[in-house]
Amino acid sequence: MSASKETLRKFRDEVSAWMKENVPKDPGFLLPMSFLEVGTEQQLDFLREWQYKLWHAGYLGMHWPTEFGGQGAEPAFQSVVDMELKKHHAPIIFNTIGLNWVGPMLLDIGSLEAQQRYIKPLLTGEEIWCQGFSEPDHGSDLGSVQTKAERDGDHYVINGSKIWTTLGNYADHMILLARSQPQTGRKYDGLSFFLSPMKVPGIEAHPIRKITGEYGFNQIFFTDARIPASCLMGEDGDGWRMAMKTLEYERGVQAGQASAHWMVTVSIDDMVNELKGMERNGKPLLEDPLVRDEVVKFIIENKALALNQRRARVSALTSDYPMGLALSGKYRGTEHSRRLRQFAVAMQGATGSLFVDDPDAHRGGFWQRAYFTNFGATIGGGTTEIQANIIAEHVLGLPK
Amino acid sequence: MTSVLGNLSLDFSEEQGMLLDVAREFVRDKSPIEQVRAQLETDTGFDPAVWEEMVSLGWTGIALPETVGGSALGIGAVVPVVEALGQGLLGTPLLSTTLAGQLLMRSGGAEIEPLLERIAAGTVATVALLENSDWGATSMAVSVDASGKLSGHKQFVTDAGVAELFCVVATRDGAPVIAVVERSELGAEAISQHDLIDLTKRAAKVDFSGCNAMQVIEGAAVQSALRDYRLLGALLSAAEATGSAAACLGTLTDYLKTRKQFGKLIGSYQALKHPTVDIYCGLENARTYVYHAATLMADEPLDEAAETACRMAKAVATDLIEFAGDRVVQFHGGIGFTWDCDSMLYIRRAQWSRQVFGDALEHRTQLAKLLLD
Repeated sequence: MSASKETLRKFRDEVSAWMKENVPKDPGFLLPMSFLEVGTEQQLDFLREWQYKLWHAGYLGMHWPTEFGGQGAEPAFQSVVDMELKKHHAPIIFNTIGLNWVGPMLLDIGSLEAQQRYIKPLLTGEEIWCQGFSEPDHGSDLGSVQTKAERDGDHYVINGSKIWTTLGNYADHMILLARSQPQTGRKYDGLSFFLSPMKVPGIEAHPIRKITGEYGFNQIFFTDARIPASCLMGEDGDGWRMAMKTLEYERGVQAGQASAHWMVTVSIDDMVNELKGMERNGKPLLEDPLVRDEVVKFIIENKALALNQRRARVSALTSDYPMGLALSGKYRGTEHSRRLRQFAVAMQGATGSLFVDDPDAHRGGFWQRAYFTNFGATIGGGTTEIQANIIAEHVLGLPK
Repeated sequence: MTSVLGNLSLDFSEEQGMLLDVAREFVRDKSPIEQVRAQLETDTGFDPAVWEEMVSLGWTGIALPETVGGSALGIGAVVPVVEALGQGLLGTPLLSTTLAGQLLMRSGGAEIEPLLERIAAGTVATVALLENSDWGATSMAVSVDASGKLSGHKQFVTDAGVAELFCVVATRDGAPVIAVVERSELGAEAISQHDLIDLTKRAAKVDFSGCNAMQVIEGAAVQSALRDYRLLGALLSAAEATGSAAACLGTLTDYLKTRKQFGKLIGSYQALKHPTVDIYCGLENARTYVYHAATLMADEPLDEAAETACRMAKAVATDLIEFAGDRVVQFHGGIGFTWDCDSMLYIRRAQWSRQVFGDALEHRTQLAKLLLD
């Protein structure tokens, strides 16, 4: 039975009132725009406290079982909370890899023991998770993982390196994909999946500085790091299956994530409203016909993204290219967003040259940072160029 | 605060679905590319037997009231049919006739019902609006006097060569009116065909001087009907262009999958692959807008959401077909430059679709007023 509209409306009012009281004020230092940019202890402490507060109020992982710290409610309740978080411009809920990828994956296919051990601390923010899939020589090509896991009695000995590891320097645990058996036949065979501790000798995190000057990514080095064999999830050599399951949650193919509030969202209305206050040659910027035309183009593209989602549900209008809208979503969405943000910087005129620490920067350099940060979306999870190849080959049937 | 995105609805009815299936099947059957080519240099641009079948399928009455023999499904139900016609580059007077029917229905009262009956039954009708290249011009030089006699001439009158009814947008005593002229009123020299860039289309310059209108529609509804006529024209042209762009993409990808150069299928080169993906994404956007706009259509005067949707559909479809028609020639290499290559049909269609009922820039200019002021 699903919750009635009336119940959800009441719940929304309750959450909204709570947010008014409890959403933290601007702390006076820069907060990350997404979970990919948590780079200082100050930010970490702040976000951890905020996550705990939200969980403690009963507003995080609401649809997860009560025995693991959830509320056992329907997913609709969490959606209400997420919408209110956005509406109240709340800081992000940062433990995303745990909350949105590891948590649902463990609830789906994990052992009861693992669920009991890991779910609650990741909900409260007590334990932070990172993901060890990508490697320096193999960005998105997970089948080629080279990091080694060698069985030695009750332990595995890990050697190798992982990169683009978000939250890696703060994490307590990592979902680690490593090769435990030599490559035979298919390259996916022989990989193992570990729920690995991070705070053990032989694991070192080297933070990577990004174009915004912020941190968030790490390269992780494993040098004879010994982790208990009990960290192995599933069978030795059967890691690919768990990795793929995790990616389903990461890519949103499957629902069950604890919170969708992992990034500061930027809407087309934010951009248009921004321009309304700007001037050029002593006149409102939005009177310039060239600027108007560009803005209208952005609105048309942005609206197409929303409308395409609706059309995707009409099978009679998707039969020409059945997988097309789904497979091109990232390509269309992330590139649009990048250009939109770039445009918002360009429209600032001379102020467009200022960055976040300048007191005269427009809105604290919000758009500058938003533009740079957006490359995480056009590069991460398969670059735009790879996406175009995927669409060409899998939707249009063009040769490799 | 309301969002600049406005209305976000998109529905597709069972009737629309059936019409889409039937029309696609019809077009596949009646308008293979050899048939399209066979009509390129004929007087009318279409096979009368095909037109008769379209009439017998009820397509001229889809959006007309049941009282005049129509199906009363609304103009949104014509959209899938027109999209299918565009896909097959099938040039018939369906667009002209449908739009003339809409203009009459939206401007007149009971007195125009006999005209609508004739249109529903398959009489070819067209609207004579433009007098020069300005789509937005509202003052008309063509006038009607008190006795109903017209003076002046029109340009770009689509399907004038076969039309039986001409809805001439004119001025009487300074006010806009629609003068309905029967073909029999036109002298032998009155119609001179344009040499159109799109060889599947027909349009002419028509001199209406001395013609007697059988009916002159006037009153407040005329202004609003004319506005809606332009928007509906934009939407149906967008639907047609979208269909043509889909066919163009098919022609392009077929070639990229079969043509080899330097020992490789050319479709494996990213320089060709990636722009082709952009054509594909443009096609998805255009179809989405066309059916979003179709969702918002009504027999009553169109509201602002409907206007926005029609203009967006035309802007997107126009940009799409222009890009697709241009690239399909280039990506075919030397053969693409020849008359025998079908790319020629698409680049020519693109030049037609771009201008008819206003180009993308024109629609975005109007959208800016709706969205930003």
